[in-house]
Amino acid sequence: MLSFITKNRFLPVWLLGLCLLPALASATPPVGSDAFAQAVERLQVKSYKEREAAVAALISSQDERVKPVLEAMLNARLFYTKKDKITVIGIKTKDGFSITGVLDQKSLGNASKSQLKKIKVNNKLRRILRAGIAALALSDPAPEVRLSAVKQMYGKLDNAGIQILTAHYETETDSKVREEIQTLLHIHDLSSDDRNTVLKAVAALSKSLHPEVRNKLELLKDSTDQEISAASGDALKHIEGQLAFYAKVKTAFFGLSLGSVLVLAAIGLAITFGVMGVINMAHGELIMLGAYTTYVIQQLMPQYIGMSLLVAIPTAFLVSGAVGILIERLVIRHLYGRPLETLLATFGISLILQQTVRTIFSPLNRSVETPQWMSGFLEINPALSLTYNRLYIILFCLLVFAVLFLVIKKTSLGLSVRAVSQNRAMARAMGIRASRVDALTFGLGSGIAGIAGVALSQITNVGPNMGQDYIIDSFMVVVFGGVGNLWGTLIGGFSLGIANKFMEPWAGAVLAKILVLVFIILFIQKRPRGLFPQKGRVN
Amino acid sequence: MFYMLKGDRGGQALLLLLSIAVVLIPVLNLVVPEGHALHVSTFTVTLLGKYLAFALLAVAVDLVWGYMGILSLGHGAFFALGGYAMGMYLMLQIGDRGVYGNPDLPDFMVFLNWEEVPWFWQGFDSFWFAMIMVALVPGLLAFVFGALAFRSRVTGVYLSIMTQALTYALMLAFFRNEMGFGGNNGLTDFKDILGFSLQSDSTRVALFIASAVALALGYLACRAIVVSRLGKVVVAIRDTEDRVRFIGYRVDHIKLAIFTFSAVLAGIAGALYVPQVGIINPGEFSPLRSIELVVWVAIGGRATLYGAVLGAFIVNYSKTYLTGAAPEVWLFALGALFVLVTLYLPNGLAGLSKKKEAAV
Repeated sequence: MLSFITKNRFLPVWLLGLCLLPALASATPPVGSDAFAQAVERLQVKSYKEREAAVAALISSQDERVKPVLEAMLNARLFYTKKDKITVIGIKTKDGFSITGVLDQKSLGNASKSQLKKIKVNNKLRRILRAGIAALALSDPAPEVRLSAVKQMYGKLDNAGIQILTAHYETETDSKVREEIQTLLHIHDLSSDDRNTVLKAVAALSKSLHPEVRNKLELLKDSTDQEISAASGDALKHIEGQLAFYAKVKTAFFGLSLGSVLVLAAIGLAITFGVMGVINMAHGELIMLGAYTTYVIQQLMPQYIGMSLLVAIPTAFLVSGAVGILIERLVIRHLYGRPLETLLATFGISLILQQTVRTIFSPLNRSVETPQWMSGFLEINPALSLTYNRLYIILFCLLVFAVLFLVIKKTSLGLSVRAVSQNRAMARAMGIRASRVDALTFGLGSGIAGIAGVALSQITNVGPNMGQDYIIDSFMVVVFGGVGNLWGTLIGGFSLGIANKFMEPWAGAVLAKILVLVFIILFIQKRPRGLFPQKGRVN
Repeated sequence: MFYMLKGDRGGQALLLLLSIAVVLIPVLNLVVPEGHALHVSTFTVTLLGKYLAFALLAVAVDLVWGYMGILSLGHGAFFALGGYAMGMYLMLQIGDRGVYGNPDLPDFMVFLNWEEVPWFWQGFDSFWFAMIMVALVPGLLAFVFGALAFRSRVTGVYLSIMTQALTYALMLAFFRNEMGFGGNNGLTDFKDILGFSLQSDSTRVALFIASAVALALGYLACRAIVVSRLGKVVVAIRDTEDRVRFIGYRVDHIKLAIFTFSAVLAGIAGALYVPQVGIINPGEFSPLRSIELVVWVAIGGRATLYGAVLGAFIVNYSKTYLTGAAPEVWLFALGALFVLVTLYLPNGLAGLSKKKEAAV
């Protein structure tokens, strides 16, 4: 029965019993299954004092069934049957309660309210219960559970808790949990009466980024003791420097994530506009189609949301790619060499696509679900945590870029694409079917737009107007980076994203965007061919 | 004065129609009693007045696109700036008749808890100052933007995208409340102009006449440019810019002059539009609006000037009709127009009747 609790963890739980009820500590508590049963029975007594003793006994019984009992008791779900005096956990149902025995953990079916008697708790008991549950969590075998148990104790520590933690610290093996406990103990030491303890704690905490530390140090800075005041001032300065640094890192991360969105949206355009010289104003709508494909696939497989995204990526590529090839064959093919006309015609197509989506799916935004593995965040330290969906989008963007780069540089299709874009007549003379290459290139660029749509569906609204929000940004990225240069698009997108996010704190989101636009307009005047102009490109 | 219309059959017809309309429509609206078969409702007068303002805007676009080859996707911005200048004047005429009844501040400023009218609103209570601004603000923006762009020889598609970015940036800016132009809602709830109520029939008719006269004058001015020697250089720039430069013309100066003039015309169109529709908001800056007006010109026929007027009337009439009768069809129809006209009607409707006459 005790096998799952290592001998090491026995101590703190036992100590808790001591601290909670010193009176009880004199008698060695019985240990094991019998002790548990006895303690549970004692819970049914009338007096709160007796019940406190019972709880303490329960905790020191070391039984694995203790935790659910304590939690049930805290949530007012612990009862005993009036007839047989069996202690049960009751879950409220439509008529009465569904009850489970505490000792054998077997379901006893339903019981009406009148058949049960609640085991009541008062505030003091609640406190004891909470501390008990936390202490039990400290002895959990999983380090994550222990860590969160320690974290929950911030600001709620009393002397009893300190004793538990100090004791537990000796036996703790996980470094993260140890660190957390140490911080907690040092924070507690800050309020100590002993000067040396305080100074030691201040020194130790000068590296901690925990918000509580700062609050406490702010208070200490006004201390009458010169040395303490100076030490905490120094520590605060150090901490604030660290925080400012991490705030910058965070902004850079947001910038990278915005940049990767821009790159994803623009990279398809870098192919159609940059390599082929076609102005495709319907590019935004091809992104939108990708996002709607994700939505439709989620509707088709609602029970596999996590999988749906993986299915959506190739599907969106095919859908947008097919629409792109259709556009190329039907319209753009007739307009090569007339870029302004292409612009107008593709704009017309974008209006038609928008209205089509609006007619089929309604003008309202659709919600695309985020799979489990993309939600949540990666906590690096208390001042810096990165959300998974943004992290994944950065990685996804780099992956798409790498694949596209390889396709253009290493495959025979890529070779033909480059040949046709550099010298169409010569390429045809060498036996390349230029019009087929055009269609495939346009399909490739459009398909990438569809993939971008899958990614964007995870972070923005999916609606008929979403394409319009990205088209101007995409063109800006491509023009800024240098037309016909994939690297330019990547670097242009990331630098615009980062610049935007670093301006946001003092300029506000909208003004930052305006400033970036104005900057690009001015930049293009200076360098009309962008950051990385392509040499010898045939216009 | 009419030498410039020699050989311009479309222009002659347009001016004739405008003269007739200026005489006939006021009579039909004000003199012919309501209910009579020939009565023209004030609603129709205002609608026609709005189309006339759009037509002037289309002429301005045709001048730079049709004749000079610059596809500006930002002319909506100049139009809207002119409109805002007019809107600011009208806003300050409201006085204490606003919802909050504040005699000095427009409603939205009261709403934002502003103490006083910001500096850039100073002077707009004078009609003539506002009218100068109607021309000056769009003209100045076009001048600065054009001076930068043309000197560094940004051309073709790049220039189009830059103009689009310009109007997009302005749209974002005007959506901000802190800009002091009414934010999302823009300027509206106007009461009167030069002391005449905007609701009265005679003011509406006067605005219609003003729009018709402005269109006629704008048309003549553009026509005068087109038939002059300057016009010949402009067309040459469109066809082979480099060669014109090598001959010794200052291409960037010529482009800048025409572009700025066109922006001023667009601003005047905006100023005529606002009192007739009674509102100006940041939506006018949206890139969609600017591209839409390019298609008016494309449908009517580029480099004809009267084709632009024709296109503006046809597209806007269809829009008024379709958005009322079948709103979901409108974008399909507009999209199809874009595609079909560029594919099958490169010279627009004007090109149907005769061979490219104005290409010289």
